Amino acid sequence: MEAGVHEAGRQAGARRGPGLSGTLVASIFVAVVCAIPVAYLFVVILDEPAVAWEVIWRPDTLRLLLRSLALAVAVGATATLIAVPLAWLTSRSDLPWRRGWTVLSVLPLVIPSYIGAYLFVSALGPRGELQSLLGVESLPSIYGFAGAWIVLSLFTFPLVLLPVRAAMKRLDPNLEDAASGMGRSQAEIARTVILPQLIPAIGAGALLVSLYALADFGAVSILRFDSFTRVIYQSYRASFDRTGAAALAGVLVVVMLLLLLVESRVRRSRSYHRVGPGSIRPTRPVALGRWRWPAVAFCAVVALFSFLLPVGMLVYWSAQSVAGSTDWQQVITAAANSILLATLTAAVAALAALPVAWLGARTPGRLSRVVDTLTTTGYALPGIVVALAIVFIGIRLVPFLYQTLPMTVIAMVIVCLPLAITATRAAVLQLPPRLEEAARGSGRSPLGVLATIGIPLTRAGILAGAALVFVAAIKELPVVVLLSPIEFSTLPLVIWQESTRAFFESGAIPALVLLLVTAPGVWLLVGRER
Amino acid sequence: MPKTAVLALLLTALAAGTVAGCGSGSGAGSAGDGKSLTIYSGRDEEYVGPLIDRYKKENPGVDVEVRYGDSAELASTLREEGNRTPAGLFLSQDAGALGALQQAGLLAKLPSDILDRVPAKYRSSEGDWVGITGRVRVLAYDSRKLGKDQLPDSVFDLTQPQWKGKVGWAPTNASFQAFVTAMRLTAGEEKTKKWLEEMKANDTQAYEKNSIIRDAVADGEIEVGLINHYYVLEGIREGEIKQENYPVQLHFFPGGDVGTLVNVSGAAIPNASDQQDAAKSFTSFLLADPQQEYFAKQVGEYPLVPGVKQDPSLPPLSSIEQPDLDLADLEDLQGTQELLKETGVL
Repeated sequence: MEAGVHEAGRQAGARRGPGLSGTLVASIFVAVVCAIPVAYLFVVILDEPAVAWEVIWRPDTLRLLLRSLALAVAVGATATLIAVPLAWLTSRSDLPWRRGWTVLSVLPLVIPSYIGAYLFVSALGPRGELQSLLGVESLPSIYGFAGAWIVLSLFTFPLVLLPVRAAMKRLDPNLEDAASGMGRSQAEIARTVILPQLIPAIGAGALLVSLYALADFGAVSILRFDSFTRVIYQSYRASFDRTGAAALAGVLVVVMLLLLLVESRVRRSRSYHRVGPGSIRPTRPVALGRWRWPAVAFCAVVALFSFLLPVGMLVYWSAQSVAGSTDWQQVITAAANSILLATLTAAVAALAALPVAWLGARTPGRLSRVVDTLTTTGYALPGIVVALAIVFIGIRLVPFLYQTLPMTVIAMVIVCLPLAITATRAAVLQLPPRLEEAARGSGRSPLGVLATIGIPLTRAGILAGAALVFVAAIKELPVVVLLSPIEFSTLPLVIWQESTRAFFESGAIPALVLLLVTAPGVWLLVGRER
Repeated sequence: MPKTAVLALLLTALAAGTVAGCGSGSGAGSAGDGKSLTIYSGRDEEYVGPLIDRYKKENPGVDVEVRYGDSAELASTLREEGNRTPAGLFLSQDAGALGALQQAGLLAKLPSDILDRVPAKYRSSEGDWVGITGRVRVLAYDSRKLGKDQLPDSVFDLTQPQWKGKVGWAPTNASFQAFVTAMRLTAGEEKTKKWLEEMKANDTQAYEKNSIIRDAVADGEIEVGLINHYYVLEGIREGEIKQENYPVQLHFFPGGDVGTLVNVSGAAIPNASDQQDAAKSFTSFLLADPQQEYFAKQVGEYPLVPGVKQDPSLPPLSSIEQPDLDLADLEDLQGTQELLKETGVL
């Protein structure tokens, strides 16, 4: 890793170095580690190819594929529709209490999808709070596609909002002024000047959301939507069918490839850095006028359903559960472990993302696409598949690391890495390559360029990536259950145990603690926004 | 393109190393020094934890560590680990996960002094695993609304109009699915399918969990529910503490009806483990009278060792007429889940 980072600088400076450059070697190293789940799928499928073939060609599989793809696209689109207006309102308008909405718009990220889905069912499901409140016999069913779609959109839209808001703040107002000076209307400017500059950020965010929807198990299982992930879990749980599960996971990888292809088309061959001299001057906020209160209402509705109501329910349940029955010692230990694990994961992921992001930004091409694809698989596959893959390969290749903290961290990085890569890459893309070239030309060493130019100027992106990884890693369950050091308890584990033991409600206190300890990650994400 | 070639080469090396790794391995396990034991537990810490503490107290030289998780996921992990597993003992919530590991050939034969503690019905016929406690499917009913003589004789009677909208079940629950599997094995696919369809048409109420069904009966929301027996026992005991009459009572379908399936939680030892002695010692400990009594008292499950005192409010296990089937056959739930989906229950 050390050497990789060192070498990364030269690549950044020299762009097309002779032979294998440092960025490349480091990127390939990261990609190979991230390829563990795919390697495992190959091994398992090749073990019983006939069985796998049969599963892949079942008519059911095609139906599953279309359903999962539909969910992924619907969630990606809905998250975008929520995120883009919200991002604009909180970054470019004179929205009242802008600072508050800025924070609230990111907070849904701290709510794990399994908790969000459970709260959604308790509130709106059969015999739920709303039904008893209204006193009606039955409500429209929230199970299935609709439920999964709504819940996943509500709790993932900040993944689109964050990059879009960052991009909006970096927009060069001179462009808009120029367009306006040429007599273009506001709507035309939005469409022809602003939107094209936002497309890459929207694409990257929507991709992360869609892939999340593909891999999610918590929400789809509680909302009973038969996505790929749910069926894969059932294959393991109900029939111990590892070949069938691997075959389905293989198809899921193909779906992921499709989504990646779409996104890379969107991102391809544009330049995002300013070429003119000077720094971006701050923009004047747009006056909302009579749209002021409708805008506030929009922000309030989103905040209410994506954060305030869920947290309110958790607080209510916590207050109801007998305070004495909580094992605080256990919760505190679990919280400390969760913070440790998520921090280490965030640090390693930020480091591993550097070469990959530089490669993707500076030398896009077939190779960087392969690296991007491999580093994305762990994020797009269900947690149980990634966990079992690392069990299988880890115990054979590095038995001395098996079920140790370093291995858990590596596994978590494999699951979360695209979050860091996306954020870092966006920052690198905004950095004019000329800057690095000039520094190289003036005789700085590759590492020197990276240390004095590269990292400082992309610091915001790197930190944002690390914070996103922190927030995602702290919620992760399957990898921790199977791979953590023995008797290493984390908050999601405690919540899961409490909720299987008795009621979900008894997991409300550890769930609230989980939200609290995730707060530093959110602070990193919004605290840096000015 | 040479760079792509390098990447391909590295990937191939990774795959090759993995495949090579599959072949070799430590093979058969060893007795071990009896000083350490790693348990994979599919059973909750709340129930297993106190027993671990008790065992440690009785055997101060033994270092016991536990990894808690879902039974089926831990079974999958054991299979991926193969003969390199660090686990010395596997505790499972149900017989299905044990059956799957037996079929994969990963379990060690247990000695007869362990197996013989429980009746042959509650252990692997091959000697690969042993049942620890019994869990019985019952009909929980509202004793305020229903007299004993009004209860159905068979789970198949619940499709009748008098039960319309009054029955609760938990289609996503593993115990419920094991019961449907048992129905398929004893009554056949067609009859099971018809039962599921008629139950659904009879407006049977779906819940997430056994405990929620019990509470729905207690709240008067429904009159009866298909659940595991110890959930009701939990309520009855709480009622005793509060000195109230708990309204929910247990009904065991008579005559070997499949509605009264007896499933087990159990233990098995991976054959590659090098902690065989410690694992056997711990399994014997679980099957010793005091621990069997603990399960009966604290969890409300049936002790499987004959002669151990069970909860006085339960009929003796030997008096329950059970459907005729081998528990290991409950391993395959795939067909059941397909049937549940086909009928729109799941």
